[in-house]
Amino acid sequence: MATHLVSVLNGLAMGSLLFAIALGLSLVFGMMDVLNLAHGAVYLVGAYVAVALVSDGAGVAPFVLAVLAAAVAGAVLGGLLASLTRATPHHLDQALLTLGVALVVGEGLSLVFGNDVHSIAAPEPVAGGVTVLGETYPVYRLLVIGFGAVLAVAVYVLVERSPLGSLIRATVADRAMVAALGVNTGRVLVGVFAAGAALAAVGGVLAGPILGAQPGLDEKVLLLALVVVVIGGLGSVRGALLGAVLIGQVQALGTALLPEYASFLVFAAMALVLLLRPAGLLPARSGVHA
Amino acid sequence: MKAEAEEIRGGTPALKDSIPVVDTPAVGGADHPRRRRAVVTVGVVALLAAAPLVLAPYPVSAMTRMLAFAVLVIGVDLLTGVTGLPSLGQAAYFGAGAYTAVLVGIHITADALVQALAGLVMGLVTAAVTGWVAVRARGIVFLMLTLAIGESVHQVADTWSVVGGSNGLAGMPPISLFGGPSLLAAGFVYWWVLAVAVLVFAAVALVARSPYGRTLRGIRDNEARMRALGYRPALARYGVFCLAGAVAGIGGALWAQQARFFSPGDMAFEVAALALLSVVIGGAGSLWGPCLGAALVLLVRDNLSASIGGHGPLVLGVVFVAVVFLMPRGLAGLTGGRLRVVTRARRRKENPS
Repeated sequence: MATHLVSVLNGLAMGSLLFAIALGLSLVFGMMDVLNLAHGAVYLVGAYVAVALVSDGAGVAPFVLAVLAAAVAGAVLGGLLASLTRATPHHLDQALLTLGVALVVGEGLSLVFGNDVHSIAAPEPVAGGVTVLGETYPVYRLLVIGFGAVLAVAVYVLVERSPLGSLIRATVADRAMVAALGVNTGRVLVGVFAAGAALAAVGGVLAGPILGAQPGLDEKVLLLALVVVVIGGLGSVRGALLGAVLIGQVQALGTALLPEYASFLVFAAMALVLLLRPAGLLPARSGVHA
Repeated sequence: MKAEAEEIRGGTPALKDSIPVVDTPAVGGADHPRRRRAVVTVGVVALLAAAPLVLAPYPVSAMTRMLAFAVLVIGVDLLTGVTGLPSLGQAAYFGAGAYTAVLVGIHITADALVQALAGLVMGLVTAAVTGWVAVRARGIVFLMLTLAIGESVHQVADTWSVVGGSNGLAGMPPISLFGGPSLLAAGFVYWWVLAVAVLVFAAVALVARSPYGRTLRGIRDNEARMRALGYRPALARYGVFCLAGAVAGIGGALWAQQARFFSPGDMAFEVAALALLSVVIGGAGSLWGPCLGAALVLLVRDNLSASIGGHGPLVLGVVFVAVVFLMPRGLAGLTGGRLRVVTRARRRKENPS
């Protein structure tokens, strides 16, 4: 039983990270129908920022610095991607553009950091373990779960309870109408794109001590984020949260119970949801909720 | 064909200004261009067939790989260009066909024909099992779902011990044909792959100009109208997805027969992305354009790559961005227009005039 508890906790940690990563993907898709295939690459940029800045046994300061640097790098990349995709009005072309950027960024990273698998140490004060129901569990992962909870509440307040949030929700619902009211929707779009990318890059740093950094990780993360978004419902914040928690559990329990089929289970979960609810569990467009 | 396409679209003024669509080049016009096209086709095939007589073994095996990859790309084009369903998951069926061919080669028979047929069947079955999830969606969501399917199948191959896990499957014996001796020379393998590739090309060209192909183009251009006319778009889309899976399966089998080895890396996301890039470079909807694109893409990845330290994808990424900006109609677009798959479908859904 206790080993299953560890799996559940692992799943929650993974779910927290997936929520941070999938949120930007979902909102960008909901707002401008842009499928950002470079989202995984942005995540990997964050992970490699952590590789560059956080050395083994480092304290909290370098880690926080890495988070900030990754946020800036992610926001810059996101802004760049937003302006690139706005240059062409066709959705397939936009997806292809981001795919091209993903290839360039991925190869650029492997040019700079090589093809080795890098591991990233958790900051020294939280590198140890703590006993949970008789099992030792890394403190860092508990903190990641806490981060996910805080992020979920913060995003809920921001999107559901603030003027900026109502602007974002309105832009998801009907961009032309918002533009007709005199709002520069272009700035909202670029802002959300940049913020989502920054969040993905921060996710890369935070996931560093759990997943490390290596070439090819960007695709795995992109896949998981896509599945989360599809399961949750496109453009929906609550959907992203629910999808992330679900996929986190499927991944962790699947790896623990059926290691051979863990990757297949993620797909099976997606297929099941699509069979029952083709628009995802909590779709955004029917009623515009966060 | 043009006239028929107009007929399907109907005379609504809102649709009149839509961008012209590249039809398959094999679709005939007047007698004269058709004869010229036949001469060009025979000439190109003859040139391709003569290649092993003048080239060294290494370029010949590189060309064999290009042909096998072109078969995959033809399948992607059938989905993306003809039906308007941009796919990033075809590498899954490519891999399914390849692994099947290797397993058949190791355990059952060295006969190339049996292996290719087994690859076809496995590609078809895998596509039929996974495809129903994807064909319920359109446009970018379809792209997203196929990507998810492709990556899932890739990860299954990466962990499943039956197919060698991340090490892949090696030790496939050389192929033979009709009980003959093993085809060891690169040229013989090349001729076999060329023959199959030409067959697949012809078959897909036939499908594209058949009534079924017209249905598919009708779905691409205006699904609501096709449904109103009594067609069943969902079934037709599922059918073409399975067909494209079968084509990709053959491509995979050919690839494995040349390499005599297959690993999960050969069916990774990058392969699917490069296949889609080939279609875009070549011009979606045309069949010869994407084949040319496939050759170009592999040339850059395998040959240019070596001279810049194995970072070919870097170049291809730049090519991707450049093509979207500079050559939105692809190589085939140099003679015609290019379909705007997703936007148009969506625009029409929003105001079904």
